[in-house]
Amino acid sequence: MGLPLNGSREPALVVDGLWKSFGELQVLRGIDLRVSEHEVVCVIGASGSGKSTLLRCINLTEPIDDGRIVVGGEEITAPDVDVDRIRRGIGIVFQAYNLFPHMPVIDNITLAPRKVLRLGAEAESQAVELLERFGLAEKRDAYPDSLSGGQQQRVAIVRALAMRPRLMLLDEVTSALDPELVAEVLNVIRELAAEGMTMVIATHEMAFARDIAHRVLFLDGGTILEEGPPADIFSSPREPRTREFLQRIIDAGRL
Amino acid sequence: MAVVLVNAPGWEAVRESFLDGENFIASAPRIIARFEVNVRLFVFAEILILAWGLVLAILRGLPGPVLFPLRLLATAYVDLFRAIPGVLVIYLLGFGIPGLRLPGVPNDPFFWGVVALTLVYSAYVSEVYRAGIDSVHPSQAAAARSLGLSQLQALRYVVVPQAVRRVIPPLLNDFIGLQKDTVLVSFIGVVEIFRQSQIRQQATFNFTPYLVTALVFLVVTIPLARITDWLVARERDRRYAAAVGAGAGRARRGRMWGFR
Repeated sequence: MGLPLNGSREPALVVDGLWKSFGELQVLRGIDLRVSEHEVVCVIGASGSGKSTLLRCINLTEPIDDGRIVVGGEEITAPDVDVDRIRRGIGIVFQAYNLFPHMPVIDNITLAPRKVLRLGAEAESQAVELLERFGLAEKRDAYPDSLSGGQQQRVAIVRALAMRPRLMLLDEVTSALDPELVAEVLNVIRELAAEGMTMVIATHEMAFARDIAHRVLFLDGGTILEEGPPADIFSSPREPRTREFLQRIIDAGRL
Repeated sequence: MAVVLVNAPGWEAVRESFLDGENFIASAPRIIARFEVNVRLFVFAEILILAWGLVLAILRGLPGPVLFPLRLLATAYVDLFRAIPGVLVIYLLGFGIPGLRLPGVPNDPFFWGVVALTLVYSAYVSEVYRAGIDSVHPSQAAAARSLGLSQLQALRYVVVPQAVRRVIPPLLNDFIGLQKDTVLVSFIGVVEIFRQSQIRQQATFNFTPYLVTALVFLVVTIPLARITDWLVARERDRRYAAAVGAGAGRARRGRMWGFR
């Protein structure tokens, strides 16, 4: 997988000096991040290192304390920005799928395109197309609680894609899945990467990160302690903390 | 229990004045016919209560300091109308407002009865709705908002539909109460089932007409409870049957009458 061009083009995402705390707890302490168009960035780190919080800040789910976030050239943390307009351009998928249990799959996917993008019949045809592409065509009228975890998570990804986002944030999307269901979800993400979707992926799947990421960030204590191409991070990490973390993962049989 | 009743020294007198078969048969048709007024009171009030209660619940749940006055007003409303006995609200509106003789304001006691029942019951129902809204996990609203839906759209399409499904049984509980409280509107001069049985009682010097009224409420209320249980079970079945298979659906149907 080739590295994306890092020319003079506007980065897809810029995070400058991002600070975030929950009460006394400083979760993010000065994050600087640049993600190019079509780049896939994997964020690794221990639980509580701030991976999820970083993604939630980029999605404006969490208000930030300091710093700024720029998506596609627009500062989304500006005080007078229309939060709903920003969010519809950024897809986020959560660990717990969060499908709407009272609607069949098709309505889960078409709700936001119909109500937010005001797509009419197109919302449905687009949803059907996406479901077919990801092998979920026969589930269009099923309710979420009748699907397996892997299927639910794939539907959640399709639901986010249906808003035609320019940036996708994936927050440990395989962490709640049984091991045998992880692959089907990772394959969907691989396909998105192959198509050139810009993605920031918080993950515990190190083999997957090594395989898919253009760049890996190691988050530790609310800062990016180390970053680089996956080959460097996973084979010859510079920081002792990174080495320690990866050793723990290896010991757990996850890499 | 029955033995104690029958052997009580006053049993004969009580039996005559409460359990007079002839009186029962003679009174029943006219009393039952009047139940139509209660049904109309109930239906009009229920529709208004369902809508207004939901508005109140949503107002109370609005976030942010800007909307504090609205939250405060809604909270004060709920406190007020849960505190005042319903019959007093009915009196105050039914006699007070027509007494003002404002031009263009209706003085029909039926109208003010519906309004009073709506004011009182919407306070209770808003609390039921609110519990339902609170019971929907915040991640649902977060998922909706992350797709770009506005706060109101997230409520309208994601949170409230789930909340309402969950609170159908407690809502029904309130509506059984409402159904019975329609008799309070008799106090401002609406001739409904209770007033009609009172008229019969006074004409015959016998309490049996009240028994007719009691039986009417019994006959109407119990099936209503069972129908709601059935609706809840059907909704659950419909969702699971989609892929889990007929087995699970059948197992669940055993509980549809609400006997556990």
